[in-house]
Amino acid sequence: MQNNLKKLTKRNETYIALVVLALCLLIEVRSGQFFTANNLVDIASAMVVPGLFAVGTFMVIVSGGIDVSFPALASLTSYATTKMLLDAGYTGGMWLPILISLAMGALLGAFNGVFIGLLGLPAMIVTLGSSSVFKGVMQGALGSVQLAVIPPGMRAFGTSALFTATNPVSGLTSRMPVGFLALIAVLLIAFFIMRYTFFGRGIYAIGGNETSAHRAGFNTKRTKFLLYVFVGMVASLAGLIRTCMMQQNHPTNMLGMEMNIIAGVVLGGTAISGGAGSLTGCMLGTLLIVIVENSMILIGIPTIWKSVFVGALIIIGTGVSAYQVTRAHRIKSSRRLGGEVKA
Amino acid sequence: MADSLLRAVDIQKSFAGVHALKGVSLDIAPGEIHCLAGENGSGKSTLIKIISGVYQADGGHIEFDGKTLSKITPIDAILLGIQVIYQDFSVFPNLTVMENLALNSELSDKRKIVNWQRMRQIAEEAVAKINFKVDLDALVGTLTVAQKQMVAICRALMFNARLIIMDEPTTALTRKEVQALFGVILQLKAQGISTLFVSHKLNEVFEISERFTILRNGELVVTGHTRDLDSAKFSYYMTGREFSDEQFRAENLGEAPLIEVKNLGLSGAFEDISFQLRGGEILGITGLLDSGRSELSLALFGIREADSGDILIKGKKTRINTPQAAIGAGIGLVPEDRLSEGLFLPRSIADNLIIAEIDRLANRFKVFDHRKRTREVQRLVEEFAIATPNPQNACQTLSGGNQQRVVLAKWLACNLDVLVLNGPTVGVDIGSKHDIHRILQGLAREGMGIIIISDDLPEVIRNCSRVIVLKSGRIVQEMDAAFATEQAILSQMM
Repeated sequence: MQNNLKKLTKRNETYIALVVLALCLLIEVRSGQFFTANNLVDIASAMVVPGLFAVGTFMVIVSGGIDVSFPALASLTSYATTKMLLDAGYTGGMWLPILISLAMGALLGAFNGVFIGLLGLPAMIVTLGSSSVFKGVMQGALGSVQLAVIPPGMRAFGTSALFTATNPVSGLTSRMPVGFLALIAVLLIAFFIMRYTFFGRGIYAIGGNETSAHRAGFNTKRTKFLLYVFVGMVASLAGLIRTCMMQQNHPTNMLGMEMNIIAGVVLGGTAISGGAGSLTGCMLGTLLIVIVENSMILIGIPTIWKSVFVGALIIIGTGVSAYQVTRAHRIKSSRRLGGEVKA
Repeated sequence: MADSLLRAVDIQKSFAGVHALKGVSLDIAPGEIHCLAGENGSGKSTLIKIISGVYQADGGHIEFDGKTLSKITPIDAILLGIQVIYQDFSVFPNLTVMENLALNSELSDKRKIVNWQRMRQIAEEAVAKINFKVDLDALVGTLTVAQKQMVAICRALMFNARLIIMDEPTTALTRKEVQALFGVILQLKAQGISTLFVSHKLNEVFEISERFTILRNGELVVTGHTRDLDSAKFSYYMTGREFSDEQFRAENLGEAPLIEVKNLGLSGAFEDISFQLRGGEILGITGLLDSGRSELSLALFGIREADSGDILIKGKKTRINTPQAAIGAGIGLVPEDRLSEGLFLPRSIADNLIIAEIDRLANRFKVFDHRKRTREVQRLVEEFAIATPNPQNACQTLSGGNQQRVVLAKWLACNLDVLVLNGPTVGVDIGSKHDIHRILQGLAREGMGIIIISDDLPEVIRNCSRVIVLKSGRIVQEMDAAFATEQAILSQMM
């Protein structure tokens, strides 16, 4: 028991969980509204899309890469899917939109994967470029405009609820979207991949030391390529679910989300240099960002100040971990500088 | 020797017209500990890469276990039982010891799904082979260099290894850790596993190996029993040059001290350090891990300012709180890790040479003068005999000894009075080491004051006129190097 407790104090997730808890309590004390059923459901609902994006971002960062193209990718695939089905007068269920989205997401992910995985170009440069390409295709070639109507199957998916929570005092109700199940499913798949497949262990290995990974027998090129394909699929699913939940497709309103998502993942203890991090931490970091984004209004902070708080959180959160890294490094290097008698 | 495990016969290899190996042969018996020595560029690594299948030989053949093989691929080498432990160990710092040990064999079995129980079993068997005690759940990044090396050795042993090639395995190890490594090598020998030990350190060659092979410029110089070797012969075989081990004596000492340190202290590192250094002198400072010797070098150069005591430059109290202040006071530092602290490796040799005196290369409009730069670079390359076809090449193309010359040349271009060197010849081969010593002695004769901080005792004794021994941050002894012996210094250090 004591041993387990000691282990917990060494884990980054423990601290981020404590910060989340402290923030929740602060909001509860100030507003008395945080731990109400409908607010909790609202936060769970708000977690769905950022949570999905975070899973993909997490996997990419663990591999030592970075992806800033996922909002553009999700916008393009969700817009193309919705528009295509509208034009075709599709009235069926949700399975076809999901399949089309995943296929397009895999294709666009493969676009990133070819350059980053197979050709070995820097991920930051490639995804900055592909982000621009995806936006350009959507706005230029597809001539995107806001789609105020979406196919009935997608609408039904977006409005159906697992259950509805009611606030006993105010009488406000919140629906738990079916899309939450998608987040759970993707989390389970990602957990299985990262923990129980050699593909996933390869992602960690590549993030730790790519040359060693190659020498150990990992096919590093294929691993990175498939990783970006998978991440493209997850991002496109997130885009589709967002469209369903909003009951409309706005081609540009996901753009710019990448920084908050990356920040959440890094806040959750994923090493920006790759190789280390856990899905639990990644979800906690994302939850922290979501709570700040959604609940500041409950303690009377005007929404215009929201971005200041999110920004401060990012600087403090990542700054503290960066400081720990440099301090550890300094201790190590001064030990090394000290040297010992070498033979 | 009829029953050799590995015989490489008359191996030839060229790279783009450069003859890297000119008919080299190597013979290793089962269970033998064989040392392969040679300076940088002698063809050691090329030979290892041919044996392990990374390169294909242009001529000659390899016999393993009596069978003649025309060519070896990396997979063949592993199947034959040849394992290479690289200098960087090829470990994953972010994964646990267990995973580092088990990954390779699981991957070579083409497994797709991870079975953590089986991984643990594999890892337990691996560490049991050499009785290596380690926490299997610890991250490899938290281990010491020596432990990482043991992880790499355990991993290599899992493939029914019969020959383990260790590429300069002792470079980053302490004396104690080297002893532990030698213990493991002897254990392997008892199990009939041969070791090819690549090193250019004389004492190690004597201590561990039964036979040795020395290469120079791609040719086999000599192979034989270690017991027939002595240190003069070793240096001669390695370099083809004879060295006179002359003791440095301080001549024409300056009148007043260039630098005087009074009761200098830095909490947690050293305290009450006082010494004087006059022009023409080489002062040696030596001590163990926790002696504070490296921190002292940093304090003298202003990287970590001392928090008590004074530094007097030519009799004047001077505050040295930044490297700029130190350079201004005429002090230069050649850091211990020249690769990460002293050089811009990817930049050109020329840029590295002039970086410290860049202000002086401006014309009267304060604009950088490229002609001045070219002249200055040429002068320094010639003066320090830096072996490069073109000073515009990246600094990382140079050998360790030549890189160290660049660091020296950089400082000497600034007309300093005092040069502090921390471990000036760590990782430098014998020939360059002698050259660097010659340069330092020459500088002292010209009136510079030099401080060598080193734990290489023969180096300290031979090159310094005085030696200060540090222990736990304090000066325990100051002696005239002419009368100092390794034993005397060691007994003060411990």
